[in-house]
Amino acid sequence: MRARIWGCRGSLAAPGPDTVRYGGNTSCVEVILSDGTVVVLDAGTGIRALGNHLATAHDGRTIHVLLTHLHMDHLQGLAFFSPLWEAATDIDVYGPRHPTRSLAERVAGYLSEPLFPIHLSDVPSNPDFHEVGDDEFDVGCARVMSMHVSHAGPTVGYRIEDNGRSLAYVSDHEPARGVDFAALGTEWISGFPLCENVDVLIHDSQYSAEEYTTHVGWGHSSIDHVVHLANRAKARQLVLYHHDPGHSDDQLETMHARACELWEGDTPPVLAYEGMEIDLS
Amino acid sequence: MERTRHKSLLLILARELATNMATPIFVVDPDGTLVFYNEPAEAILGASFATTGELSFDEWGTAWNPEDPDGETIQPRDLPLAVAFREKRAAHAPMWITGLDGARRLIEATSVPLLGADDELMGAIAIFWLAPGA
Repeated sequence: MRARIWGCRGSLAAPGPDTVRYGGNTSCVEVILSDGTVVVLDAGTGIRALGNHLATAHDGRTIHVLLTHLHMDHLQGLAFFSPLWEAATDIDVYGPRHPTRSLAERVAGYLSEPLFPIHLSDVPSNPDFHEVGDDEFDVGCARVMSMHVSHAGPTVGYRIEDNGRSLAYVSDHEPARGVDFAALGTEWISGFPLCENVDVLIHDSQYSAEEYTTHVGWGHSSIDHVVHLANRAKARQLVLYHHDPGHSDDQLETMHARACELWEGDTPPVLAYEGMEIDLS
Repeated sequence: MERTRHKSLLLILARELATNMATPIFVVDPDGTLVFYNEPAEAILGASFATTGELSFDEWGTAWNPEDPDGETIQPRDLPLAVAFREKRAAHAPMWITGLDGARRLIEATSVPLLGADDELMGAIAIFWLAPGA
């Protein structure tokens, strides 16, 4: 299993001279399973370049797009994902179950007027939609765990296990909202089973501890919280993800230094950047 | 895939809500097990949650010796929380309880099921308070 990050910015694309090192595209990670199956985690603006890459690199098998939730920074790129517009492409889209509306209906809220000129029902690849909650299912040769996590609205995280290795993707997550995080038993920590003993954890790290105090309830993690979670879960590698659009490269590196101070594992945390490759073979 | 014992997000959010409220709240999981009550509830129930820990339905249904306003014992299955659980609807009742500190208190309790997608029962909460004039 290999992963490549195509977008790691949160909330809003943020191109410009201050975000060159880590990138400005929003959430998208490509995972290539050990049998060659392509899994795409989220459809932020980073998925556009991934689609162009797949136009030459893809072998024609079903592409599996796993959405954590439908906020625009995780969905906006879907309409610009070139395989979507190829009738011969099979695309399975997974996303969180909602109490009242189907996943397809909610995605069509974006892929329709007035936000987009073509309606989802007219998309040539005619993707299949799969609603998930606290579930396990097979994708290619991998076993995937999905689990609801604390964010804003229905949101899931994913854990992919393939050939004895594991990768967790929890892009938007506020695990410590309004509670004493350190005092909680692990069974009460949102998303904990996704992260427990995982080889690589790609996780929300949007705020500094100081910024978090004015953003409680916004659905994101502080650096302190994500490192605490990863330490308790004994994640082997933490990848700091979903960078705030207002954070420059230099600010991200200051936050990274704080994460390294708090880290209790062997391999220190790393900052996600566009083009980053993670080898789990 | 091995999955350790874990609470559903709805229960986690219910506990977060309870932790931040001054209103007494009691949270049960889909099996009927009492999994949390908050500090304001501790004052009425006469014991801290740290002391009681999680309790099965058979345990908590009788632990506080619930009685109707006339002093007749309320069977566990007739408690508002049990009704909310069984019938997936809100239920309300006044009742006497005897706290684990030995004090008898008249309370009113309203219980609501926690329903997820497809009306899946994820647990239930009871909000209660001392009855006016009690």
